Amino acid sequence: MSETFRNEWVENVDVCVVGAGHAGCEAALACARLGLETVVFTVSIDSIALMPCNPNIGGSSKGHLVREVDALGGEMGKNIDKTFIQSKMLNVSKGPAVHSLRAQADKADYSRSMRKILENQEHLTVKQAEICDVIIEDKTVKGVVTYTGTTYMCKAVILCTGTYLKARCLCGEAITYTGPSGLQAANNLSTHLIENGVKLRRFKTGTPARMDKRSIDFTKMEEQFGDERIVPFSYSTDPESIQKEQISCWLTYTNEETHKIIRANLDRSPIYAGIIEGTGPRYCPSIEDKVVKFAEKERHQVFIEPEGLYTNEMYVGGMSSSLPEDVQLKMYRTVPGLENCKIVRNAYAIEYDCLEPNQLLPSLELKEISGMFCAGQFNGSSGYEEAAAQGIIAGINASMKLLGREPVILDRSQAYIGVLIDDLVTKDNREPYRMMTSRAEYRLLLRQDNADLRLRKIGHEVGLVSDEDYEKTLEKERLIEEEVLRLKSTTVGASKNIQEFLEKFGSSPLKTGTSIAELLCRPELSYEALAEIDPERPFLPEAVIEQVCIHIKYEGYIERQKHQVEQFKKTEKKLIPEDIDYDDVLSLRLEARQKLKQFKPLNIGQASRISGVTPADVSVLLVYLEQQRLRKQHE
Amino acid sequence: MDNNTIAAISTALSEGGIGIIRLSGDDSIVIADKIFKTKKGERKLLSFSSHTIHYGFIYDGDEIIDEVMVSIMKAPNSFTRENVVEINCHGGILVCKKILNLVLSNGARLAEPGEFTKRAFLNGRIDLSKAEAVMDVISSQSELALKNSLRQLEGRLYEKIKELRDKTIYEIAFIESALDDPEHISLDEYPERLTETVNYLLKEVTSLYESSKKGKFVKEGINTVIVGKPNVGKSSLLNVLLGFERAIVTDVEGTTRDTIEEHVTLKNVSLNLYDTAGIRDTEDYVENIGVERAKKYADTADLILFMLDGTRPLTEEDEQIIDLIKNKNVIVLLNKIDKDCIIDKEDIRKKFSGEYALLEISAKESIGIDSLEKVIEDMFIEGTISSKDEMYITNIRQAEALLSAKNSYELVLNSINDGLPEDFYSIDLMNAYSSLGRIIGEDVDDDLVNEIFTKFCMGK
Repeated sequence: MSETFRNEWVENVDVCVVGAGHAGCEAALACARLGLETVVFTVSIDSIALMPCNPNIGGSSKGHLVREVDALGGEMGKNIDKTFIQSKMLNVSKGPAVHSLRAQADKADYSRSMRKILENQEHLTVKQAEICDVIIEDKTVKGVVTYTGTTYMCKAVILCTGTYLKARCLCGEAITYTGPSGLQAANNLSTHLIENGVKLRRFKTGTPARMDKRSIDFTKMEEQFGDERIVPFSYSTDPESIQKEQISCWLTYTNEETHKIIRANLDRSPIYAGIIEGTGPRYCPSIEDKVVKFAEKERHQVFIEPEGLYTNEMYVGGMSSSLPEDVQLKMYRTVPGLENCKIVRNAYAIEYDCLEPNQLLPSLELKEISGMFCAGQFNGSSGYEEAAAQGIIAGINASMKLLGREPVILDRSQAYIGVLIDDLVTKDNREPYRMMTSRAEYRLLLRQDNADLRLRKIGHEVGLVSDEDYEKTLEKERLIEEEVLRLKSTTVGASKNIQEFLEKFGSSPLKTGTSIAELLCRPELSYEALAEIDPERPFLPEAVIEQVCIHIKYEGYIERQKHQVEQFKKTEKKLIPEDIDYDDVLSLRLEARQKLKQFKPLNIGQASRISGVTPADVSVLLVYLEQQRLRKQHE
Repeated sequence: MDNNTIAAISTALSEGGIGIIRLSGDDSIVIADKIFKTKKGERKLLSFSSHTIHYGFIYDGDEIIDEVMVSIMKAPNSFTRENVVEINCHGGILVCKKILNLVLSNGARLAEPGEFTKRAFLNGRIDLSKAEAVMDVISSQSELALKNSLRQLEGRLYEKIKELRDKTIYEIAFIESALDDPEHISLDEYPERLTETVNYLLKEVTSLYESSKKGKFVKEGINTVIVGKPNVGKSSLLNVLLGFERAIVTDVEGTTRDTIEEHVTLKNVSLNLYDTAGIRDTEDYVENIGVERAKKYADTADLILFMLDGTRPLTEEDEQIIDLIKNKNVIVLLNKIDKDCIIDKEDIRKKFSGEYALLEISAKESIGIDSLEKVIEDMFIEGTISSKDEMYITNIRQAEALLSAKNSYELVLNSINDGLPEDFYSIDLMNAYSSLGRIIGEDVDDDLVNEIFTKFCMGK
């Protein structure tokens, strides 16, 4: 065992959160708000809730996560509502399940605002220190030790180390052993985790350059505006309070010249030269990757996005790279509008240690170390929103454990958070995991517009959602139900004025009487339009009308998914005992047995989702479990 | 899934005897009631009490399919502790299959391998001590099903299904990547393009389904292979069997595999005759081609016709073939008995252990063919050879999967016509993709995510 320097000072607290990024902030706030004495450690107080990559929160499926975090009583949604500089609802022409909110953040403001929340949270202490060691006795976590030797004894630790563990940044041949944005890396903790039997692996990711705004010629780019009507992320934010002037983003493109330069210098890219050992994500490829893998594409989009109101730095979305500085300059300057660009910060790739997440329970506690919870990029995910989502769950569950209550485990039919965590702990992820709507099999039910209806109740039971906020959700639920019922039971006849109304909207005439609900199902008739023939209509808030319309228009599909969910729930309820010995189940195929041993699924549903486990294996397992149950009964 | 009503043919399939189609689950009686009428033409299965048996007819619409006895066993007093219905029909592969199809199209689902037994156990009907056996049944039957399904799917059919699946997942990945990254990938005018693709997929899958319904898809019969070294008269035998007056030769162009096969119906027995003789004509093969061929078919054939040239002594090559096939169902044919035979019959007998038939024939002069036919028929009736039941099931399974893929594609077209947003298309496309996957034994797993990342350039 390697020795950690210890001084004599010992503090006693309930929970230690290691890292104050998006996971760490949510985790720490959740614990403190539930009354536990909590310390959150960060290598730099100035980097709380730092956004070291893209300057936005939300986006497809990530917007869903933010809403869910908010519904559970988290901070991310409220914080971006305070600090955004542009907002857009994506996919509005598509179905309601894939609408997704995305906001450009003022990065510095976002970080400052979150820091203020943390610093003023009762029961929460913010401490600048690198954690070097975790004290573990009898497979139970007891405390942490800082680099300066102070011991913090505690009952739970939440590791949210992001990309800081043994971080290495690469910009061509130039390599620095730092975390993101040149911040100090955490070089000591990995070794101690490994000594305690925790399995780590190495991932990598990257970020593009930041440009000086004054060196960019925006006349050669297309301006990208925000939405006219801004929708807040948080259910607690009053929409009227956030209507404000927005800042534009800009769109330009790479070209053949750009690609030529990249191809000619591939041997100087650390990835292509084999210097990087970590596995990178395929979904946000570096510009080198794009040019190599999609050679047939003549151009790639480049989004120029402001990093904030009080800085000239502009983020160059779509062109992350680990090429050397001179190649970066050459390459960026081929892009229309960037001919004279000056780089403020170079693009770079970053490699870091992270967890093999199949060591986790769905509560985000390590299976083998009681009281040790993990969240965020350390678990092999990527993205601020994915991190925050795990952060709040780890925070809640560490608290539940200390308070002697049951953990909160969201399943795949309840939330994107459930899909995210289930995928992390049961699948063999070979790259940083990003949320995508296609990963959610029940996405028609898991919409960003109904996260409050899905999760407020849980947040309230946990104790993170106030009675007042919860009452609002219950009231909303009631209004939706009443209005759906009313529309279904209000009928109109085939009278002259109704036929004229229909004709006006190019809708086919009625043959017999029909309900307003049925008319609403016609694509050409909106709820608003139907007001004309629906005089009894009550006044309702926008959010209620939205739910009513979705409910009625997509009822068939929604019912179908609800049915699938019922089936799904059955298999989730069939638990597999922790002490099961798969070698005792002789009829299992070898591959299935190995996978089951590796992932240790908690229930039959989880087992069935492990790749390499067939339906026949699941049947065999069911029979085995029943056999064991009967045996116990006989004894 | 577990509460569904399942159905299967529960007797060995053969041309004679009684066939039983068994249903188990909540809706068994309701489903059977939809297709069964009593002698007087009444629908009253629902009113009968448990453990009774009823005479009547199975109907497909207005058409009578078969005269049957239907027994009803209500939960929990049945083998599976669920509602169970058994339809005893007059057997015959065609009738059994027809009734099973009727049951399936009226709301039952085809049982998974070993599923009746599994349910019986899980519902406490089978003794604890039998659990191991139950698990073995499940895993061995499902392996067999997969092996059969793959065995029958070599070649062009497999390729076709792959092609349809690839096209399908490509479209899903395109839609999904556009949803995940709307600023990089646009769906403008996409519904028109998708309509074209789905129309093609629908056309292809429909034609596959139609041929599977006609039984042309996988030919049902005893897989029979003629092996022997070159120039022993294999082709002559094939020709004489095909040229036989009673023989019916079906042409299954378009659905057959690379190997040429012929379907021959002798009096009561159907044979899939694997004619590998053609290969030799086009390629200059070395002497051991007979061995290679025997190797290839020994594992999968139900019956092997091993030909020897009676005018020549046993060679090393003959012995090699014997080694490969000696534990299979073999009929040894000494050919060319119209000429001077010098081969030592005792020598051959010594090489084979156990029982087998040795016939002397002349393929060229049609001598001994009657006896050959008789021997095959006897073996079939005695049950020495049977075309594996799984094959019929596989066939139904495949037809079921194709039908469900077809329905899914139709739903996609409906969604497009109704102007639903694009994310709704991928729901049904994904269903089609996984249905087609069932045919070739591949599940979905992370296919979609992989396809998205490899085919489409995502942003950031």
